[in-house]
Amino acid sequence: MTPLFSVRNLTKRYGARIGCADVSFDLYPGEIMGIVGESGSGKSTLLNCLAGHLDPDAGQVLFDTRDRGLIDTATMSEPERRMLARTDWAFVHQNPRDGLRMGVSAGGNVGERLMAVGARNYGQIRESAIDWLGRVEIAADRIDDRPRAFSGGMQQRLQIARNLVTGPRLVFMDEPTGGLDVSVQARLLDLLRTLVRRMGLSAVIVTHDLAVVRLLADRLMVMKSGHVVEQGLTDQVLDDPQHGYTQLLVSSVLQV
Amino acid sequence: MTDYNFAYLDEQTKRMIRRAILKGLAVPGYQVPFASREMPMPYGWGTGGVQVSAAILVPEDRFKVIDQGSDDTTNAVSIRKFFEATAGVATTTHTTEATVIQTRHRIPETALTEGQILVYQVPIPEPLRFLEPREAETRKMHALEEYGLMHVKLYEDIARHGHIATAYAYPVLVQGRYVMDPSPIPKFDNPRLESAAIQLFGAGREQRIYALPPHTRVVSLDFEDHPFEASKADHACGLCGAGDTYLDEVITDDRGSRLFACSDTDYCEARRAAGHAGAMAAPYAETQA
Ligand SMILES: Nc1ncnc2c1ncn2[C@@H]1O[C@H](COP(=O)(O)OP(=O)(O)OP(=O)(O)O)[C@@H](O)[C@H]1O
Ligand SMILES: [Mg+2]
Repeated sequence: MTPLFSVRNLTKRYGARIGCADVSFDLYPGEIMGIVGESGSGKSTLLNCLAGHLDPDAGQVLFDTRDRGLIDTATMSEPERRMLARTDWAFVHQNPRDGLRMGVSAGGNVGERLMAVGARNYGQIRESAIDWLGRVEIAADRIDDRPRAFSGGMQQRLQIARNLVTGPRLVFMDEPTGGLDVSVQARLLDLLRTLVRRMGLSAVIVTHDLAVVRLLADRLMVMKSGHVVEQGLTDQVLDDPQHGYTQLLVSSVLQV
Repeated sequence: MTDYNFAYLDEQTKRMIRRAILKGLAVPGYQVPFASREMPMPYGWGTGGVQVSAAILVPEDRFKVIDQGSDDTTNAVSIRKFFEATAGVATTTHTTEATVIQTRHRIPETALTEGQILVYQVPIPEPLRFLEPREAETRKMHALEEYGLMHVKLYEDIARHGHIATAYAYPVLVQGRYVMDPSPIPKFDNPRLESAAIQLFGAGREQRIYALPPHTRVVSLDFEDHPFEASKADHACGLCGAGDTYLDEVITDDRGSRLFACSDTDYCEARRAAGHAGAMAAPYAETQA
């Protein structure tokens, strides 16, 4: 079986400082990879390199494209990469303000990706938007409200709907539940799990929160100082951590 | 005014502007950057259009200026006088006689012909600005034909008003390639963007020139189920009776009486001179007395 996404020896430096170093992994269709690690360990750097927001200094990021199979995303033309970013890929930001258009209605936010790939029927775009608002538990009568009028949890759910509406195959998420109340987090996690499983999505999720990982991730990667110190099946890593740092993490001696 | 070069701008500047114009004509709808010069009038007065006119005028030209369809607003009169003084060109108010027409907010009702040039004054050339304020990003979007955002804007219109409420500066797709802001003309004028004349657009403050060569395909953006409509007030002109022109609503007295009249004053006068009369019109001869 070919991986959907394959990362090989990826390194990103900020001058002399290491962002992330020598990261490799394969992600297979339908798999969810969790990335945990303390603050500054390189999680966001890695995720942004994977999603093409940052150029790595070394290594490869390969994606199983629909038309050309597994190719190095660095060799794609810019239009190709941008097209990928709004069709097969999605990116959920920690702060919904970074992932939403705050001046555009909820319906317009959800419809944007559809229009970007050529949808030109208002009625159909609106129907899809209502359907997707429903799937993220936002009432249909909020469709014409702007995100500003939404709570933090609703904004995050709207961001998720806006990203999933084109049926992407790979979703990147940076702390999707960060900055939310605990009860709101639980609901969002539940929703994410349902959506991801139902759509058979592959995802890379960066988080501080081991509960998020336990609930969502099939596999887990533990980072420290830019390096991957341990990776494997989530249950294995969490129940029988091999690396000293992971042991500290799991025994919650370390507050990440 | 012998201390000025012909049409005010020096030859070097005019060459630079002409190069931008030629590039604009070669790539219809593409916004060409140019080094806008200080003109002896404020930006809101259409310095972009004035610079384009200055660069293309030749002594044999007959120049017309319209502002919202009218030849005799302060703005139109000053620009006309400016070129009378600096270029010594003949001027006219008749669309059919003009070789170069500078306009703000309208396209003349009379179909333009080959050999004529229409110069638009443009305040904001970037149609994507509304939803994407970052200039580097909008340039990339044009380069990669990523125009989904334009439809988001129209979507928002319909969601809020039940129909596409954009009435001015209605965005168009030029020759199947570039999305373009046609300047704040009413959308009623959009169909006439497909013209036999050369159309040049100048934005002074924003330092952009763009162009439509004759007979360029210009399509107003819309949705399948909300097609573009070149709508206008549902009246006939009270003066000339025309039922197919863009109308201004004029308050005629302090009791709130209103008159709908052609915004294109030259067109309206020509019709009245030819004997057409609207419901509110005094006989044409009287108005000329
Ligand atoms: N733009 C930047 N310029 C210089 N150094 C940076 C930059 N961004 C991140 N770094 C450094 O790279 C390292 C990894 O940072 P990164 O943001 O990837 O960590 P993180 O694991 O996402 O942390 P957090 O959990 O706080 O979000 C840190 O040492 C950080 O200071
Ligand atoms: Mg981070």
